[in-house]
Amino acid sequence: MTPNGQRTRTLIRGALSLAATAALYEAVARSGFFPAVLLPTIPTVAQTLFAMIADGSMIEHAAFTLYRVLFGFALAVVVGLPLGILMARFQRIENFFLPLISALMPIPSFALVPLFMLWFGIGNLTTILIVLYAATFPMVFNTWSGVRSVNPLWLRAAGAMGADENSLFWKVIIPGASPFIITGMRQAFLRSWIAVVGAEMIAASDWGLGWVIFDAKEFLNADIMLAALIVIGGIGFAFERLVFGSLERATVQRWGMSRVAKG
Amino acid sequence: MQDAVTITVTGAPERPASSASNRLRLIWRNVFPFLVVGGIWEIVAWASVFPHRLFPPLEEVAASFVQLTLSGILLHHTIETVLRLLSGFALAAIFGVSIGVLMGRSRRAEDILLPLVSIFAPIPGLAYAPLFLLWFGLGNVSAVLLVGFVSMFAIIFNSWTGVKAVKEIWVRSAQSMGADDRRLFSHVILPGALPYILTGLRLGLAQAWRILVAVEMLAAVPWGLGWLIFGARKFLNTDVMLAGIVVIAIIGLMLEKLVFQKIENYTVVRWGMITS
Repeated sequence: MTPNGQRTRTLIRGALSLAATAALYEAVARSGFFPAVLLPTIPTVAQTLFAMIADGSMIEHAAFTLYRVLFGFALAVVVGLPLGILMARFQRIENFFLPLISALMPIPSFALVPLFMLWFGIGNLTTILIVLYAATFPMVFNTWSGVRSVNPLWLRAAGAMGADENSLFWKVIIPGASPFIITGMRQAFLRSWIAVVGAEMIAASDWGLGWVIFDAKEFLNADIMLAALIVIGGIGFAFERLVFGSLERATVQRWGMSRVAKG
Repeated sequence: MQDAVTITVTGAPERPASSASNRLRLIWRNVFPFLVVGGIWEIVAWASVFPHRLFPPLEEVAASFVQLTLSGILLHHTIETVLRLLSGFALAAIFGVSIGVLMGRSRRAEDILLPLVSIFAPIPGLAYAPLFLLWFGLGNVSAVLLVGFVSMFAIIFNSWTGVKAVKEIWVRSAQSMGADDRRLFSHVILPGALPYILTGLRLGLAQAWRILVAVEMLAAVPWGLGWLIFGARKFLNTDVMLAGIVVIAIIGLMLEKLVFQKIENYTVVRWGMITS
């Protein structure tokens, strides 16, 4: 079997598998065994999705969610990156923050949603703060590990060649730690994406993809729920693959760590 | 590269803590940040920057914590939550490892299952929650199924990677020494893939824990820590909420220290064996 033939076979099998799953779902949905409101057919879902995109409501929901997640994520990078670097460079700062972070990290961000709702009300602020909480820890932790794992030999070599603190930092430490930092950003975004949907559901505001799903449940609109799920999955997938996938691939290739999958 | 990996997995660098004074200093160093944060909290609470009801001082939180513990309410909530976590995770572990190993071993299974897994995995777990609630009703069934479903993907991906990462040479040498499929699986593939599978289980358990708290809020289960926090919001019982969050933090910390780190140490040891 040539590698090319193997690839075609993989593609055909994958497509067949998706088609079979869709057909099975369609058959169950049409059999009338379950109420049609709970199990809408695929054309119904597609119709709802297009209608919601056409009248702009789905785009507005997605825009609100994206605004919250990107705002919270950016804040988390702004807080987490310097903190991680400082913790790795200064023993005192590490001694102070490490116990706090170890104690706060195991608290799921959703556990704080009701508390934040009381403190900050319903809406953008609570959601953004939950995203910030969820995304900061992976960011800090990975930056910290990254800076600490910079080869001490490089530091000493740079120092011996007369690099001052400033250039040591920008030319050696930051590039050396960048693979970890990018991994941290990727993890932080994944967490943010999960947190924003959950926070929107629990701290119900008026807009947002998480809120659409939760609100549709009240009216048994399973088609709207599935349409919103598709949009959520699509956006998450796009960020994961296009933005962070390419970033990580670059670093992984630079490491020379890419493992070739066996046939 | 190798040293970078080992540094990150072993965590904090070894610090000599042989003598008693060193140990005291270590304890103090860990306690000190909490004292500072607690002190700031107390000052803010007593200065009435926020309404007292919304920002209670720590001694009130402690009092309601003790009271809830003594009356057994907190224990009941905790037991229900842990049971739900364990049953959901058990489902995820059984199905996740089986599917992952199957995908790693059989090209056909991989071609068929990978597209499905890649479609369902990137959707945040909680987004499924309303759908599960519609299909399976409010309560335990939805909660456990959702926790299992969501935490399964990390386990699938890691088991799959692990089985594929087993060195071809080991498989071929075992085969040339006459191992049949069963022996090959139990003596070569499973031990070889074990570090990855354990990592997957660790990630899955962490995910199950994160999602469970939120699911309990949405699924309206009668008992559970998530529900305790969510219910307390309606009556502005901030002290009860904070007490619940403390218990959640303790359970999370215990999972981290007693379960994950043991597993990770074990995998690190295994890794060491593999690379040597």
